[in-house]
Amino acid sequence: MQLIDQHAKRIMEGCKERARDAGLRFDDETLEYVVTNRDLIELSPKVMIPTMYDYWVHDVEVLKGRGRYELYPSNPYETVINTRPAISYYNDNNPDWLNVMIFYHVLGHIDFFQNNLYFRHTWDDDFTGQALADKRAIARLRSEHGRWVDYVIEFARSVDNLVDFHGLLSDLHRPPRNGVSTRVDYYFDVFLQDVKKVRVNDYVKEIERFNACRRRDPEAGEDAFFKEVAARHPEFAALFEKSAGKPGRQHRDVMQFLLEHSRFLAAEENKWMQTVLQIVRQTSLYFQPQIRTKIMNEGWASYWHETLFMQDDRIAGHEVDFARVNAAVTAMPRVGLNPYALGMRLFYFIEEAADKGRYSREFLSLLDIDRRKRFDTAVGGGRETIFAVRENLNDFLFINTFIEQDFVTRHKLFVADKVLDEQRMVWRWFVKSRKAEDYKRMIKDSLYHPPHITVDVAKTGGDALHLVHHFEGMPLVQEYVQNTMLGLEFLWGGKVVLETTEVKSVKQPEKAQQPTLPGIAAPVVDQAPEPEITWQRVRYTMKDRKLSKGLI
Amino acid sequence: MDARLEAYLAALRAAGLDPSREAELRREAATAPAGHGLSEAPPSPVFTEGLDVIRRVTGPYDLADLTFVQAMTPSPGSYAARLGSLDDLMARDSRREEDGFPRKIRIGKLVKPGRGGKDRVVVVPTTVEEKFLHDPNFRQQEEGGGGAGGSGEGEEGEVIGEQPVRPKEGEGGGQGAGKGEGGSHELESDAYDLGKILTEQFSLPNLQDKGKKRSLTRYTYDLTDRHRGFGQLLDKKATLRQIVETNIALGRVRQAEPPDPTGFLIAPRDKVYRILSREKDFESQALVFFLRDYSGSMSGKPTEVVVSQHVMIYSWILYQYGGQVESRFILHDTEAKEVPDFYTYYNSRVAGGTKVASAFRLVNGIVQKENLARDFNIYVFHGTDGDDWDSEGKELLPELETMMGYASRIGVTIAENSYGNSGQSEVQKYLEKSGWLEQKKNLIRLDVMSENAEEPRIIEGIKHLISE
Repeated sequence: MQLIDQHAKRIMEGCKERARDAGLRFDDETLEYVVTNRDLIELSPKVMIPTMYDYWVHDVEVLKGRGRYELYPSNPYETVINTRPAISYYNDNNPDWLNVMIFYHVLGHIDFFQNNLYFRHTWDDDFTGQALADKRAIARLRSEHGRWVDYVIEFARSVDNLVDFHGLLSDLHRPPRNGVSTRVDYYFDVFLQDVKKVRVNDYVKEIERFNACRRRDPEAGEDAFFKEVAARHPEFAALFEKSAGKPGRQHRDVMQFLLEHSRFLAAEENKWMQTVLQIVRQTSLYFQPQIRTKIMNEGWASYWHETLFMQDDRIAGHEVDFARVNAAVTAMPRVGLNPYALGMRLFYFIEEAADKGRYSREFLSLLDIDRRKRFDTAVGGGRETIFAVRENLNDFLFINTFIEQDFVTRHKLFVADKVLDEQRMVWRWFVKSRKAEDYKRMIKDSLYHPPHITVDVAKTGGDALHLVHHFEGMPLVQEYVQNTMLGLEFLWGGKVVLETTEVKSVKQPEKAQQPTLPGIAAPVVDQAPEPEITWQRVRYTMKDRKLSKGLI
Repeated sequence: MDARLEAYLAALRAAGLDPSREAELRREAATAPAGHGLSEAPPSPVFTEGLDVIRRVTGPYDLADLTFVQAMTPSPGSYAARLGSLDDLMARDSRREEDGFPRKIRIGKLVKPGRGGKDRVVVVPTTVEEKFLHDPNFRQQEEGGGGAGGSGEGEEGEVIGEQPVRPKEGEGGGQGAGKGEGGSHELESDAYDLGKILTEQFSLPNLQDKGKKRSLTRYTYDLTDRHRGFGQLLDKKATLRQIVETNIALGRVRQAEPPDPTGFLIAPRDKVYRILSREKDFESQALVFFLRDYSGSMSGKPTEVVVSQHVMIYSWILYQYGGQVESRFILHDTEAKEVPDFYTYYNSRVAGGTKVASAFRLVNGIVQKENLARDFNIYVFHGTDGDDWDSEGKELLPELETMMGYASRIGVTIAENSYGNSGQSEVQKYLEKSGWLEQKKNLIRLDVMSENAEEPRIIEGIKHLISE
């Protein structure tokens, strides 16, 4: 692995100037390396981070068939690494004009990494440097504790998707506490909701009463408020007292919970395991925003490599070459989803709509299709809008907010589905829907979404770690439960319980027999009716490395 | 239809054959004219004209800059390039068991494009990192499930494209058993590695001779050989003799006087050691018959399952017993024939009707003619989808009985076709009815799995077939 030559570096610096002029913002320093296939063999298992810690699984073919994106929220063949300075990788025989296009694409990514707020927690660190320190720490631990280090890495990785990425962001973006005491927090967040289970109506009334007290007397208002609380709920003071020192009622970050509350990990001889858990957790958090902004990030980079390449005076004569490569990257596939193509089109669409003043009440209330087409108030500001979008949104919000019927219709998008032709052993793909709502749903369903599993602190209490899977219409992969819980039991040092929901029975609907009529050309497929599924809530218990399961 | 098959069908009909069953048999028999041969590649489906052929459906996370924008080819590299050694990996895995954690290395298969457009099967160790994940396949249906994106023309409900269910080799996936590709010697060398992994997986009691409990291990290691210069154990007497000899030659020992050992010169090569050496152990020999049903009904997955299992057994035996075990390969439809090597056995195409008894008769014939029962422990593994035209097993059961007279173990694997009822195949029914599975548990084993079984299940199956 070596740096690109001076000639290519000069081209890159030229690209940076032009990109800055267009409004992109990024650090001055970047590192560009040439990679060979040989390098890739070593780099790809380490998700292109050369300093990633060593782990034997990296050396083995890993089966990823089932839920592979959920399992690995990072792509092994990424070009740009979000670190300081940003690192990018290049094939060593790219012609100059192609490098210009790729450099712009890379700068699009760097701009995205360094400005999108979902990456906030990565802004202050040189991740590859951090990774190098981690790698050394793990190597040192391995020399002391041998294979047990690998067990701990394995178990830590088995829960590394249960980290509270959004909680971390929320802490980073939260304004400082505005003088609200823990007593108020406890009263409104826990006491009223969990202990008293008051109705929303009464809850709002309490908030109003609290605000009123504070308005009347900013200093002693809170005390006055709680005087009445004490009169109404004499048990409040005692409960509040008891709650002090107890962790919050729900922990979304299972790894952090283990770090803070596992007695096993806190034992003197096991302290080193906390280091390993920290490293795995930090690494996981680092990758979280990447998978949650894939469509936006690729769309943004594609938007800019296209826009800037066309304006670049240095590539004259290679427009056709560019068109071929660019079309291959940004064409919408007949069936399938290309994040480059979709994201780029959506950015163009948003820019145009904003330029024409279509994000306005006036346009939204317009129903006439012709007038909608011609609607243009020429307010401008499209560029600013897409810059704001790239700063503030992630894939879910991007798709959910901006995909609309006009967009779906313009690009002739549809939801495709397939039926099996058993005779010929082919899948027959058909157009399922051209409605924006369905298209949006289909994309949202395919986005990364780890299961929502929290620690039930109240039930965890004494010795058993109690996890709750908040069911969102999809069960967990059953065959993975055993080993994941085995690891959790090890890290917790005691019994582990998981509440989850599973399929009780599936009733396949009767397939309607369709008589085939001779002479009808257009093959039309009936949509298969959804099977009926009944669910049941179950409880898995892992104790002494034995898994048992019971109904709730 | 083939005259032989026709005649056999007529005989069955005379014995009273249910018409619906006959239709089934006729359908299977209709595949016979295609013949068995070693096919070059699986026939690709005929696509409807006017529709797009869809090769690959990408999701939002399938594409990445390096491979997509820069068009670099990701080369997975052979595992051998990455791993220090397979032995290290296996040692690590058995260590896990000692530490009380389940093993993690599994057997994966890859089809790799080889020279001359022929693909070959490569066996690699794989693993999986378990986490709590959403299971998108919970509906247990073969529909697309939520669907994919698409763009372009087409009315709602209109079919726009077709995609082959089984991707062609080179387009990923697929194992290619019974499909006629691969080179025989290449399979052999991979089989050795596979066997190595499987041996670890099984940790089996070795196959043993009935009654006499003789080990099949081919070599014993013993400190029998002598070696000058280095070795494990110094042979003092021999060394002294050597030293004296050397010193006589050097003229340092005078005949008339008593020798003075303090004046002896000792050369490094004078030291004689006992050294650990491999000794051949000719104690016992074994012969394994592999029997495979290659009738028309075996088309597709059942063949893959059976052949996968036999590849594993074959590999394991090849490794474990270092070639001392002889293997014979027999294919059958309504008639059986012996094929010369595993390659032909592995790759022959399916066609024709089914008569399980034919294969067992052939084995009995071979054993008797060559008088094998006297010199060999004989093991028989048979793989089928459970379908047999001889529904009652009238012909098979006597053959089996003869076989149990000499065989050390008979292992029958049924890879059930998904269209049949589970547990209802002919072979399973008549074997269970015979009662031997219970009474002669030590001699005959039956393993029934679905045609969709994956490697771990297949390995479980082998354990069941050959365990004590």
